[in-house]
Amino acid sequence: MDERPPPRPLVELRGIAKHFGEGETRVDALRDITMTVSTGEVVGLLGPSGSGKSTLLNVIGAIVEPNQGWMRLDGEMIYDGQWLRRDLRRLRLEKIGFIFQTHNLLPFLDATDNVAVVLQLAGLAREECVRRSVELLDYLQVGHRRQAMPAQLSGGEAQRVAIARALANRPRIILADEPTAALDSARAGIVMDLLRKLAAEQQASVIAVTHDEKILDRFDRIYRLRDGLLVKTEERAAA
Amino acid sequence: MNLAWRDIRHKLGRFVLTCLGLSLLLAVVVTMAGIYRGQTADALALSQAIGADLWVVEAGTHGPFAESSRVPGDTRELVARINGVVEAGSITFQNVQIDRGGRRIRLQVVGYEPGRPGGPIRLVAGREITRSHFELIADRQTGLALGEVLRLGRDDYTVVGITSGVVTLSGDSIVYLSLRDAQQLQFDLSPAAARRETARGAQRNQTDLVNAVIARLATDTRPEEVAEVIRRWKHLSVLTDEQQAQVLTRTVIERARRQLGMFMSVLTLVSAVVIALIIYTLTMDKIREIATLKLIGAPDRTIVGLILQQALLMGMISFLAGTALVYAFSGWFPRRIVMLPEDIATLFGVVVVVCLAASTLGVRAALRVDPGRALTG
Repeated sequence: MDERPPPRPLVELRGIAKHFGEGETRVDALRDITMTVSTGEVVGLLGPSGSGKSTLLNVIGAIVEPNQGWMRLDGEMIYDGQWLRRDLRRLRLEKIGFIFQTHNLLPFLDATDNVAVVLQLAGLAREECVRRSVELLDYLQVGHRRQAMPAQLSGGEAQRVAIARALANRPRIILADEPTAALDSARAGIVMDLLRKLAAEQQASVIAVTHDEKILDRFDRIYRLRDGLLVKTEERAAA
Repeated sequence: MNLAWRDIRHKLGRFVLTCLGLSLLLAVVVTMAGIYRGQTADALALSQAIGADLWVVEAGTHGPFAESSRVPGDTRELVARINGVVEAGSITFQNVQIDRGGRRIRLQVVGYEPGRPGGPIRLVAGREITRSHFELIADRQTGLALGEVLRLGRDDYTVVGITSGVVTLSGDSIVYLSLRDAQQLQFDLSPAAARRETARGAQRNQTDLVNAVIARLATDTRPEEVAEVIRRWKHLSVLTDEQQAQVLTRTVIERARRQLGMFMSVLTLVSAVVIALIIYTLTMDKIREIATLKLIGAPDRTIVGLILQQALLMGMISFLAGTALVYAFSGWFPRRIVMLPEDIATLFGVVVVVCLAASTLGVRAALRVDPGRALTG
């Protein structure tokens, strides 16, 4: 019998719009975006280049300010015509984990410290930061590379360290921008399975931008965008 | 963990090379400060070595270091008789140029009366002049050795003593002769010139002249009181040692000092610009890392701290290395380098302020970085 709590919305967007420039140079990057992502869900954003996927990810990540609509993250109203929270970096630190297309590990920190830095920013003691980082790296099966510098890691290892960093503060929302772009199909599948597992275990939501058709079966739902509009929503029975 | 230090450690070679370059630049600034002080020290070295309380010179002149001064040789007896004067001595100064080992060396010849004030205070080798003629005491900087013979004018002089660290205000070495020898060297005409003067019926050349008479006073005597007595004679001028020092530092070398000061200011400005550019370049090289830090939630103080700490570390290491370099090679400079602790402390403070100010460009660039930049490929 499943004892997990019923899903509740973690990311809610209503009528979100974003444009860049004005007048003749105006580009509508997002138009009237309405979507909801709940706990435990793994959602994909698909669309051609310039369709607004990355802008949408940046809006959800509180990096880009929308021009219209409202947005609620983990039950907290974040945007309603204006930012309602001043400390957006703190919000990102506490609630959002980012996984990048390229791993974006800090080149001057070893694998352990790349994970620990997030915990340290959150105010944890050094020993606790290291202990939890090592645990996470072990969990993601890169514990044996904990002292390696990013340049010494393979693509798959670096991506797993990046995932460990994204998960370090136990975020409720994980935003991934082409997380499997640098990986072969086998490793891409492993990474997506891992994200699914983490979303389920931590009752988090994963929103991933992807072009990779091979991993589409790993998503619970896929939003397709074109010219800043959500043109199609596909519910899928994820593998 | 300290992000600034980790970043430095990651690119240690580059950091060391940057510090090396900057240390050479800062070494030039420190050297200029040392030369500035050294010039003052050189200017005062001779007058301090002589240790006079009063300088009696030709009326209307400012002493032998500032302009030509000639007073009769018997002035010393007049001065010595004044109440409060403990001892007095006549001195002459003359610049000569000698050829030695294929090199031309400028020397200043100081003539003094052995046993009276005006001669070398401290010998590092040899003895005082004891014979009335043809003995010489040389500064170590001349390269002359004890027993060596040096030709000056028409006579040969034997080196009997060595001094150290006494130079003229232009950095030339000093040799001491007895007053009689120095007067002959300065005022005696060559035989051909003397014959020419006799032929045209000129009066015989007066050689009993000195450039100044110096006086040492009793400890309870105020220099101004004795100076006032001498000034009443009208045919003489008098300067206290303090006035002499002012003439030397504020008039004789003032222009050179200001030139050095200006040059040092320009160098400091150039250093500030170079430091600013280095910090800006180092920051721009880390833009992606800074964007990542912002994206994962690092506050501005973490990012500003990263830049400032690196800038300060770079500035401090470079300054210390530059100063050590100047200390190590100060003996190789042709002019004296004097580095006073207060000057070093002030320059260190200036470097710290320059580093902080120069960081603003890099900090401004870092704070403007869009965290979304970390998401772009």
